[in-house]
Amino acid sequence: MVGEINIKHVSKTFKNVDPGQEDVVALNGFTLDIPSGSFVSLIGPSGCGKSTLLRIIGGLDTPSEGELFLDGKKITKAGSDRGFAFQGSNLFPWLTVEKNIAFGLKARHIYKAQKDDVADYIKLVGLEGFEKSYPHQLSGGMQQRASLARALVGHPSVLLLDEPLGALDAFTRMNIQDEILNIWKEHNMTMLMVTHDVDEAIYMSDKVVVMSARPSKVEEVIDIDLPRPRARSQDTFQKYRTKILDILNLGGKINDIEYYL
Amino acid sequence: MKKIITLIKLILPFLAIVISVLVYYGVNDNGKQKKTEHPYYLYVLALIAILVLIEIVIGVFNRKVLNKIIYKAQFVTGVVVFLTVLNYLTTKTELLPTLYFPSLDRIFGLIVENRCFLLKNVIDSLLLLSEGFIWGALIGFLTGIALGFSKKVGYWLTPITKVIGPIPTTAWIPLALTVFPTTKGANVFLIAFAVWFPVTLMTSSGIQSVNNINFEVAKTLGASTFYQMLHVAIPAAMPSIFLGVFYGTVSSFATLMAVEMNGNSSGIGWYINWQKSVMMYDGVYAGLLIIAALCSLLLTVLFKLRDKVLVWQKGVIKW
Repeated sequence: MVGEINIKHVSKTFKNVDPGQEDVVALNGFTLDIPSGSFVSLIGPSGCGKSTLLRIIGGLDTPSEGELFLDGKKITKAGSDRGFAFQGSNLFPWLTVEKNIAFGLKARHIYKAQKDDVADYIKLVGLEGFEKSYPHQLSGGMQQRASLARALVGHPSVLLLDEPLGALDAFTRMNIQDEILNIWKEHNMTMLMVTHDVDEAIYMSDKVVVMSARPSKVEEVIDIDLPRPRARSQDTFQKYRTKILDILNLGGKINDIEYYL
Repeated sequence: MKKIITLIKLILPFLAIVISVLVYYGVNDNGKQKKTEHPYYLYVLALIAILVLIEIVIGVFNRKVLNKIIYKAQFVTGVVVFLTVLNYLTTKTELLPTLYFPSLDRIFGLIVENRCFLLKNVIDSLLLLSEGFIWGALIGFLTGIALGFSKKVGYWLTPITKVIGPIPTTAWIPLALTVFPTTKGANVFLIAFAVWFPVTLMTSSGIQSVNNINFEVAKTLGASTFYQMLHVAIPAAMPSIFLGVFYGTVSSFATLMAVEMNGNSSGIGWYINWQKSVMMYDGVYAGLLIIAALCSLLLTVLFKLRDKVLVWQKGVIKW
């Protein structure tokens, strides 16, 4: 099994260019091990650095201190072993759905060998018949599906999801949540998701990592011990929800929590 | 009721043409305009009538064409009315000086009778324009990419571009004519220069304003920096690049005319200047008509090309 992530004492400080202003410490000595094949959610107050952490794992930012490892190899830059689903779909507007999904394969010069994967993933996310459509012709949910297919088609061992469903309506959201879970189960990959949505975190994850406000560290890691498929109305589900909300409100430290109920 | 109005709209152009012909033959000439061999003005009216008729006939079978011609009919009528008035003023009255306002017969006649010579000049102009345009667009594209991508290149080139770029091309003419061994070299350089600046500017600003998220997406998909440049930066900047090419095209027309009127011995701009110097204003008008047709044709081609290349843009950006 691949896709194990070890985060060791990672700190990230954003230097403030304005003189007299303090630097922003987004992460301070963050340590976490993510077992391979698990589904882990990061939840925490707004600005707690969870997206920063995801970007560092994705190789889009570098840590100021500390190290990260993917399957024992140090992460230094972005790579196709880590798929990244961004907030909003961010499809390339000048490419059709098909070409968007094939982008990574072509960039890595493996398109010829893995051509069939493109069609498979279009099918997987239910976009057959829209291969030749441009992003602006698709609904928000379809764009997000195409974006997922694009991140997955190169067979990454880890998928990093940065609030990928935040902009979607409730029904589309729930549909795509199930689709992501199916993909996760079938492909045996590690998924790490940043979310504001407590229910989404409980519904999807093996572990929910609750982070504290800036400079953030792990407040508590909660193992979600519920059989899948899960029902949002279960009693135990409610208990997990109360627990997480309690931690998020801890000691009145946080004033601007941002999550959906 | 609506049908009657539509019918009137479609008849109006023909009515205007008939009136124009009646005026042409019915009113006495002032006798000052040189007579042409053929009634060329009437040929032009006939051509307009035939074109409108063809569109109406097609329109009987094709609703879209019909709507288009119904929409255009009033404008065509207006054009014919304008021509009629112009023809009346120049040939029937003595209100306008004959020297500067030749009759429509003479202008159209000149285009027909001198078609070979005019065509040769048009081709010369087009060859010069395309040579200068290709060099200017190519070099502008490359400098634009370099400026947009590399901070080092930007450090050295931005100030130079900012100072040299805005100098009107025509101001370079005296210098270019002395520096370049041949007039043609100078001409190509001047036109290329006129295209180079807007293309450089719009390419680099287009690349710089590409949303960084596009590059991040490409990075996480395993794209190299070179691949990102080719497959993210350039396509994303394409709308802006096209705008630069459009500005460049317009300014290349202006420069073409300027260089042809300065020390050239062929081309449509030279032709106009030459006709003016020998007081043949029918030639000046003919030249202007040809330039108008040529420039709008080239722009139409450019816009069609844009629609094809930027088909993804529909609903994203408009200009």
